[in-house]
Amino acid sequence: MDYAASFGLILPELILAASGLILLLVAAWGGDKAASTVSIAATIALGGAFALVVPSVCAGSSGPDRLAFSGLFTADAFAGLAKLMIFAASGAALMVAPRFFDRLNAMRAEFPVLILFAALGMSIMVSAADLVTLYMGLELNSLAAYVLAAILRDDERSAEAGLKYFVLGALASGILLFGISLTYGFTGTTNFTGIAIAVADGLSTGQLFGLTFVLAGLAFKISAAPFHMWTPDVYEGAPTPVTMFFASAPKVAAIALLARVALEGFGSQALAWQQIVIFAALLSIVIGALGAIGQQNVKRLLAYSSINNVGFILIGLAAGTLAGASAMMVYLAIYVVMTIGSFVAVLLMRDADGNPVEAVSDLAGLSTTRPVLAWCLMALMFSLAGIPPLFGFWGKFVVFQAAVEADLIALAAIGIAASVIGAFYYIKIVKVMFFDEPAGTVTGKSDTAHWALLAICAVIISPLGYLLTGWLGNLADMAAASLAVAI
Amino acid sequence: MGGFPILSVMLLVPLLGAIACLFLDAKPARMVALLATLIDLALGIVLWANYDIGGAQWQFTERADLFAGFEYALGIDGIALMLIMLSVFLMPICIGASWEAITKRVGEYMAAFLLMEVLMIGVFAAQDIFLFYIFFEAGLIPMYLIIGVWGGQNRIYAAYKFFLYTLLGSVLMLIAMLWMVNESGTTSIPVLMQYDFAPEAQTWLWLAFFASFAVKMPMWPVHTWLPDAHVQAPTAGSVILAGVLLKLGGYGFIRFSLPMFPDASAEFGWLVWGLSMVAVVLTSLIALVQTDMKKLIAYSSVAHMAIVTVGLFAFNVQGLEGAMMIMLGHGLVSAALFLCVGVIYDRLHTREISRYGGLSINMPAYAVLFMLFTMAAVGLPGTSNFVGEFLALAGIYQANSWVAFVCTTGIILGAAYMLYLYRRVAFGEQKNADAAAMPDLTMREYLLLGPIAAAVLWMGIYPESFLAPMRADIEILDTRLAAAAPEGDAHFVMGEGAPAEEEHSEGGAH
Repeated sequence: MDYAASFGLILPELILAASGLILLLVAAWGGDKAASTVSIAATIALGGAFALVVPSVCAGSSGPDRLAFSGLFTADAFAGLAKLMIFAASGAALMVAPRFFDRLNAMRAEFPVLILFAALGMSIMVSAADLVTLYMGLELNSLAAYVLAAILRDDERSAEAGLKYFVLGALASGILLFGISLTYGFTGTTNFTGIAIAVADGLSTGQLFGLTFVLAGLAFKISAAPFHMWTPDVYEGAPTPVTMFFASAPKVAAIALLARVALEGFGSQALAWQQIVIFAALLSIVIGALGAIGQQNVKRLLAYSSINNVGFILIGLAAGTLAGASAMMVYLAIYVVMTIGSFVAVLLMRDADGNPVEAVSDLAGLSTTRPVLAWCLMALMFSLAGIPPLFGFWGKFVVFQAAVEADLIALAAIGIAASVIGAFYYIKIVKVMFFDEPAGTVTGKSDTAHWALLAICAVIISPLGYLLTGWLGNLADMAAASLAVAI
Repeated sequence: MGGFPILSVMLLVPLLGAIACLFLDAKPARMVALLATLIDLALGIVLWANYDIGGAQWQFTERADLFAGFEYALGIDGIALMLIMLSVFLMPICIGASWEAITKRVGEYMAAFLLMEVLMIGVFAAQDIFLFYIFFEAGLIPMYLIIGVWGGQNRIYAAYKFFLYTLLGSVLMLIAMLWMVNESGTTSIPVLMQYDFAPEAQTWLWLAFFASFAVKMPMWPVHTWLPDAHVQAPTAGSVILAGVLLKLGGYGFIRFSLPMFPDASAEFGWLVWGLSMVAVVLTSLIALVQTDMKKLIAYSSVAHMAIVTVGLFAFNVQGLEGAMMIMLGHGLVSAALFLCVGVIYDRLHTREISRYGGLSINMPAYAVLFMLFTMAAVGLPGTSNFVGEFLALAGIYQANSWVAFVCTTGIILGAAYMLYLYRRVAFGEQKNADAAAMPDLTMREYLLLGPIAAAVLWMGIYPESFLAPMRADIEILDTRLAAAAPEGDAHFVMGEGAPAEEEHSEGGAH
């Protein structure tokens, strides 16, 4: 494969990289005054990358001619679908950020640039066909993310979140790197296809260790239990737009990456990693559900909710089939919408002075003071709990369907029974908003951009979302089919 | 009916009404809600009038490819028709019952009720198993809000309990449904009703469905959410809960458990019988000692529902027909009883039985209607419940005379607690001055209770109108169950007179 074709395949990434670098210069010379220009330019760059990825997703591209740079990078439909979600979530983060930071006089021109670099890193992650590419993308994303978490320099909680994320993230990267080196040592290659060939006739102990460490490192990145401890602190401390970004885009990237490593690299040894994934899935569901019950801070609660949701997504992966991978992508798409919607709703919670409020108790009686916000948030909560007819149910439905089809009935039964625990805290939010007397805290005005985004999310997760099932399922099926799975 | 999608329209009318109510003030919201429910009632009558008795099993079928993985498929048989009629009949009454009682957040309240109506009709009309599940489960959301926002003192606990209890019951059913669809390759309920699952699989599937329907029904010992929910819910909430939502469990048994898993149903017949026997006796006794009127009626509902379950699991036509008739009759009678409680609750704001007394003096019209519904709840001949209870008990008698014996005591106990309630409320001396000063029924209350009274008598005097549409469907179900039906213990052996005489004469010869 010549370089021209390779560069053609990475065009979306090239756009992001180039515009990121140029905008960095603009930010350096223009200062924070240029922040809004940089934001708009970054959004356009993301939109351009998004548009470039669409054809490959719709066509279900796969196969060797989508491999770039001698098999280091693949631009198949699976990566494409993940990229669409990543770019959309990044765009949403750029959309909601200015209003939040402006009030603190903290809208820095670096913010959109960092989001761009993080998006670039994630884009590389999901397209990785080689452990080295994987690590490169992951670190590019993580480094941008550490800075994003700490972007409110004067805010102690933000700084704490950044530091915590950095230290634990570095540890996870170390674990991952250790796993990668073991895998390389025992298979002789870092290429997923090569690994698949090397492990085709059984895993040696060394390979098993490599696999375990790789999975542990990635579990940290998707905040699956038992590697979830950092999540609530970071989500709570980071500025809300950044938290929204953390809860959506990097999750998609890391989960897609995990699926690719598991299904492409170790697809023939599904039994070896299925146990780990099942364990992490059930533990995440239970810990995500139980941990959330006592939370008083909405962002912290949503952090546990994201742990809980990752558990359900992992059930799709645990099925170890293409249907499972497809179900996972459907769930992810719905999850991204629900997450963005929930965090936008949190952003819309402001007191009379425009200061953000985050306590659950501040939501009391919201249905009488801000009915539209309350109804949207209620729909989001029931959707996250997976109660039909809201669209969140469909995500759970497809992953459990995949699990049942793969004969993992016990897993499905335990998982769904545990989801009832999760329902408790979601309906608790509804209770606070609808049943309690108004606290009268949330009174401030909000931005139209926020409302627009919330409206879009609310429409998608409403029962109207079911009209998308055919289209979404089809895209996800094609994406899953493009994985070169060795099962 | 040509190609007119009447079922979809019946879903659409209250849905649009619900959306409109959300944006309206109290007054217009009430009008819109009443109008929407009346339109649905009219459509329901059209539906019944056009239902072809003895025609195709599934009528008014509609199908649309809107979704992946499941279909938008609607259609009804006689059983579904009757339950839809019950829902659309009670709905305007619910709206009327809330006309003055609900003063805060009326628009949202009406929207929740209209949404409830959409979901109930959807449950009965769904012909796709997942569509059914979506409607079935979605009912939790409006009911949670109705109990939680407009309920009584302890409403939050009751709302939580209702939500989590019923959710936990149903989620396992979803897994069972996924397995069934994976196994049979179809999501169509009519096809699945004919599909023969392996007997070992049936056991598990039956249990998963049982977990859901037993909670909805509710069967002892998972009935505890019901008294809480009933007591805390506003009057109309109790009406819809007792009138229709409890019927979802029975409908589930008759539509899913029995035809889809006949072998497992027979295998677990003893379980259902046992739980039902306990429920009939125990909850009737509990009802006897209640001091709260709503709680008393709630417990009596559990007892009545237990007779429904024994009728369903009697595995014969009488039992099934009786179960259906009790569901319809109880839907009307318990709804009316909750309305009767609501009438005096609106005046005195207490449900304590001892706070009333001698109401027949100052509220004679009320006392007459209350008496009629009390008698109907007792199962007096000429009222709706008699027909159902008689058939159901006759059915179970053929299957097991002991179960019939124990369950029949429930009728006696039922008479005890209902008449005792009536005596304390309507008769005796007027010991509370404020209760004695209460005015009699208003026009609105006549309009609420009158139609139900008429329906109760109609069902009791000429039940054929209600049995006729269901007969063919129940026979189909009975044939489906025939192979699995357990041997009854009460088959009479007709003695033959003549041989005995011969023996006698032979004896005489010796």
